[in-house]
Amino acid sequence: MSLPVDTAAIDRMIGIGQYEEEGEFPVERGYIWTTCSSVENGNPLFWDDEVAEQITGGPIAPPTMVSVWFRPHHWAPDRATAGLPLQVHFDLKTAFGLPEAVMSENTIVFYEPVRPGDRLTTRQILRSVSGEKTTRLGTGRFWVIDVDYRNQRSERVAVESYTGFGYRRAAGS
Amino acid sequence: MNQDGPRRLLLAQVSPGAELPELSYPVTATTVVLGAMASRDWRPMHHDKDFARDRNGTSDIFLNTPSLAAWFERFVTDWTGPYGRIRRVAFRMLGSIFPGDTMVFRGVVTALGTDGTGCGWADVDVSVSVDGEAKTTCRASVALPVDESDNPWTRRGDRWQPQGP
Repeated sequence: MSLPVDTAAIDRMIGIGQYEEEGEFPVERGYIWTTCSSVENGNPLFWDDEVAEQITGGPIAPPTMVSVWFRPHHWAPDRATAGLPLQVHFDLKTAFGLPEAVMSENTIVFYEPVRPGDRLTTRQILRSVSGEKTTRLGTGRFWVIDVDYRNQRSERVAVESYTGFGYRRAAGS
Repeated sequence: MNQDGPRRLLLAQVSPGAELPELSYPVTATTVVLGAMASRDWRPMHHDKDFARDRNGTSDIFLNTPSLAAWFERFVTDWTGPYGRIRRVAFRMLGSIFPGDTMVFRGVVTALGTDGTGCGWADVDVSVSVDGEAKTTCRASVALPVDESDNPWTRRGDRWQPQGP
């Protein structure tokens, strides 16, 4: 089936910073320990304050946790529905009428370490949208979205790039 | 911390083609749900088997990408020790990992060098596979000390160039 396409509206989104927002809570050690525990990461930087002081000048968060700090609470008292992380991804699903989506690639470049107490800010930037393609999952489009992360001193801590595939499953699958 | 201090893998101790110590781990539903909750990923395909089957067309819930990123980080820094500072990672998701799978992480050093600021780096190709089939690959670049007095974590500003080479 053909997909509804408003390419002009999508083109206007490309390269524009959107959804600039601060994380809902400061970086904190509970999530750092829970994450390390979930993958059995015994790196002493995260468990031994003496080592952290010696090597990183105090505690830091595992670099790959950077996206954790901006995922919204599942529920909050001032919100009627659950928040959606990576909102541009969901905007594209809606714009193209694609009910399903997966992430196929993810790149992260790390800059300043993230530390407990940091308040991170993110900005989402749509980089590209492909033409219609068919994969084993279904028919849809690939898109690339960058997320720029900065701390409360406006220092860049990471740039993350996601390649998503929004799709409609083939009939009968 | 032991008497000699934390382990410090130096750039000179690494050669192209060197393999990282293999890591094998049996995945359970707890592994998947714990990873999803730790990464604040509330989407149902990572905790609700019916949703995963009916909406995603998969056989079961599956590991989410942020949790896999944490697994890759752990795999690389198990090898480098705490002085290893990851510069960048690039994942390619090829297939999902489900409860009941035994995931196996393997890695090989593909390139070494020192950038214009004197920072030593090693590139490693890492994969996680199940029954010999790659499920996610990761090309990682990690900064390593060039000698016993070097610490990549002290680099800031222009002295930290994680995007290249």
